[in-house]
Amino acid sequence: MPTAIEIFKHLPKKNCGECKYPTCLAFAMQLANNKAKLEDCPYLSDEGRAALAGSSAPPIRLVRVGGGENALEMGDETELYRHDKRFFHPTAFALRVADDLDSEGLEGRLAYARSLCFERVGQVLRMDAVEVECRSGDPERFASFVRTVAEAIEWPLMLRCGDPAVMSAAVEMVKDRRPLLHGASTANLKGMAALAKAAGCPLVVCAADLEELADLAASARQEGVEDLVLDPLATNLKELLERCTVIRRSAIRKTFRGLGYPIYLGIPEGRDGMLMASTAVMKYGSLLSFEGLPAANALPLMVLRQNIYTDPQVPIQVRPDLYPVNNPGPEAPLLFTTNFSLTYFTVLSDIEKSKVPVWLQVVDTEGLSVLTAYSAGKLTAGSVQAALEASGALQRSSKGVLVIPGMVARMSVKLNDATGLHIIVGPKESSGLPKFLRSLE
Amino acid sequence: MTKVPVPKEKWTGAIGELELGVPREKGGSREPVRLGGNQGAPFLSFEDATPRTVALAGLVADSLEDVPQPVRDAFGEDAGDPVRWARAWASRGADLVCLRLTSTNPEEGDASPESAAETVLAVLRAVPLPLIVYGSGHEEKDAKVLELVGERARGERLLLGHAEEGGYKSIAAAAMANGHAVIGFSNLDINLAKQIVILLTDFGVGKGDIVIDPLMAALGMGLEYSYSVNERIRLAALSGDGMLQVPMICDCSSSWKAREATDDIPQAGDTLERGVWWEATTALAALLSGADLLVLAHPEAMELARRAVKGLRGEA
Ligand code: B12
Ligand code: SF4
Repeated sequence: MPTAIEIFKHLPKKNCGECKYPTCLAFAMQLANNKAKLEDCPYLSDEGRAALAGSSAPPIRLVRVGGGENALEMGDETELYRHDKRFFHPTAFALRVADDLDSEGLEGRLAYARSLCFERVGQVLRMDAVEVECRSGDPERFASFVRTVAEAIEWPLMLRCGDPAVMSAAVEMVKDRRPLLHGASTANLKGMAALAKAAGCPLVVCAADLEELADLAASARQEGVEDLVLDPLATNLKELLERCTVIRRSAIRKTFRGLGYPIYLGIPEGRDGMLMASTAVMKYGSLLSFEGLPAANALPLMVLRQNIYTDPQVPIQVRPDLYPVNNPGPEAPLLFTTNFSLTYFTVLSDIEKSKVPVWLQVVDTEGLSVLTAYSAGKLTAGSVQAALEASGALQRSSKGVLVIPGMVARMSVKLNDATGLHIIVGPKESSGLPKFLRSLE
Repeated sequence: MTKVPVPKEKWTGAIGELELGVPREKGGSREPVRLGGNQGAPFLSFEDATPRTVALAGLVADSLEDVPQPVRDAFGEDAGDPVRWARAWASRGADLVCLRLTSTNPEEGDASPESAAETVLAVLRAVPLPLIVYGSGHEEKDAKVLELVGERARGERLLLGHAEEGGYKSIAAAAMANGHAVIGFSNLDINLAKQIVILLTDFGVGKGDIVIDPLMAALGMGLEYSYSVNERIRLAALSGDGMLQVPMICDCSSSWKAREATDDIPQAGDTLERGVWWEATTALAALLSGADLLVLAHPEAMELARRAVKGLRGEA
């Protein structure tokens, strides 16, 4: 984003106030902070508008693949480090299928991609897209294979083929799904760009050398394709880390638009590939295409992505309230925990395992875990009492006992004073809850 | 050709260097391991030409209460004996051994400082690797244990863990009196990390004798906090904050406490393989956010961490 002074140079300098700001300079300052829109000045010249629209575009272009509720958005990142604000668009994961698969093989592979789906702290972790690769070199075969895939799965698609002549029938087949085309290199740029432009699809440009990559992107733009994605063709960890870092830093620190696009990375099979994928999640990868993703690797990778893309200011939380678990009646005991999602869902699943009916009071700790909240003074006898009162817990559970997390056994006396309830110290780890709850009955 | 601006940051600081272990010619008994010395963001060769070295320490405990089952299984009978366990790590290429004297915990075995010191000496005799030594985490007892350990292992330059804001004097004294280095622990907060270094140096510990441990939370257990705290610590050090220009240790072994690492979960694959990757992924996050020294529990996770370091250095 240009500075207020740079913006000011392009404004009409009438100070008429029609933009709702007293002067053009004041308006420029608001623009610089993204708090006003260019359209608010009716007197802006065409040249001024063109200059400013270009320079006020985000440093990394937002690119959309697919449509509707399955659309995948990537790019539009503004930070090098997540602690400076946050990372916005979680790295997307695609599984690759090739047109040498028979229909059974294809079905199996798509079912596998779908099966890599986990619920964690209230969110769904899953694969995002399918990449269809042409290995046959046969336009008809590829097109019909792409159609089969498109009919079988509603996810966003990527088409991978180096020859625009071979690719074109397939693109035609699914262009309303807005697939991502992979990809353009020096050898085929014109053909690929023409294809992408005609179909209105985003295009990946590929080069190991970043200057060449920027050149390719520039040529693609000249051919009329604006929605671009960069594949820096990394084959090992060092190339991946360094190329992604240079791309991200030059876009953000130097506002170098030549590389201001999301990053695509092909991930080879095997252990080194998995290390590359994890590195890419932390270091700026937007879209990873997996040749294979073993089940044992999928969960760690998806949890890493969830961790890294969490807003550093806001832990993942659940609504503080009284939750019935396993159909409790008035005789069921009352337990409390915090509203940090990780804590809540861990405790919840352990109570569910026990099959013992309980009332679970979730206390608002601003999304902190039990000990963190206790240390920060956000989990106190007073806050627990207030939560019980607000939810009407004592009208629901008439047993007169409150089971508390073992980690905060030291709250017992104060809790008893504040609530008048009989306090029972539960296990330190909620994994001890099934045994513990059954012994309570 | 389009010119791509090389987005090098202009750092003004560097991470201090520190050696653990003392070679024979200087009166010790082993090849030292060197930590720190970097002048740029982790593993960016265009910013810092000196290749980054990260030392990998294998976890050994002198009692098994806290040792996760898959880790015990990986070492078989060797896990019952710190000396054999340490040898197993040496033969698997660990750079250091991280010995936890958990047997001294007054609430468990309550082993004497004397017997703990014997264990440390036995491990020192058995393997040619430098040692990190922790007590059991019980503050008063650790003071006694580490004092005696420090004294007996004089001249071997151990890394003693750990000093906290609440109680650092006895361990700092044990390190200072006998030429050891010390770990300054803090709780996921850049200011607290700096605070413990200030406290230690005010007390008289040399800055070249301190390694910071900002608490590496495992994958799924707050990894994102650690990743960002580590990054901030590194960036502050490179930008000139002297009190943070010390090497960083990240203990990844707590990964096995995350239940998702090893629980039976439908579609999440083999539990052992997943557990290994859980620890390795934590290690990779530590590496990329600035760790100079990793503690690892499972040999396969160490193998992966080593591949990662090699790969990031461009050697694989
Ligand atoms: C990640 C983390 C943070 C994150 C916050 C994460 C969050 N959203 O809560 C951050 C970086 C912000 C943080 C900050 C602090 N932290 Co902190 N943090 C941790 C860490 C690494 C993990 C916590 C976690 O997520 N645990 C996982 C959840 C699921 O655990 P849990 O909530 O306790 O739930 C378990 C049990 O309690 C039990 N349970 C839960 N509910 C119930 C209910 C019943 C009925 C029963 C029976 C059982 C039960 O079952 C659950 C699963 O086993 C721990 C160390 C560790 N490895 O545990 C330190 C830790 C909790 N933090 C600690 C401290 C001191 C702090 C700070 C005060 C330090 C500081 N930097 O100033 C601050 C305070 C925060 C503030 N706002 O001021 C200390 C607490 C010391 C103590 N013994 O009281 C710990 C233990 C670290 C340590 N070893 O010193 N922290
Ligand atoms: S409307 Fe345009 S010309 Fe008028 S004050 Fe605002 S910026 Fe200036």
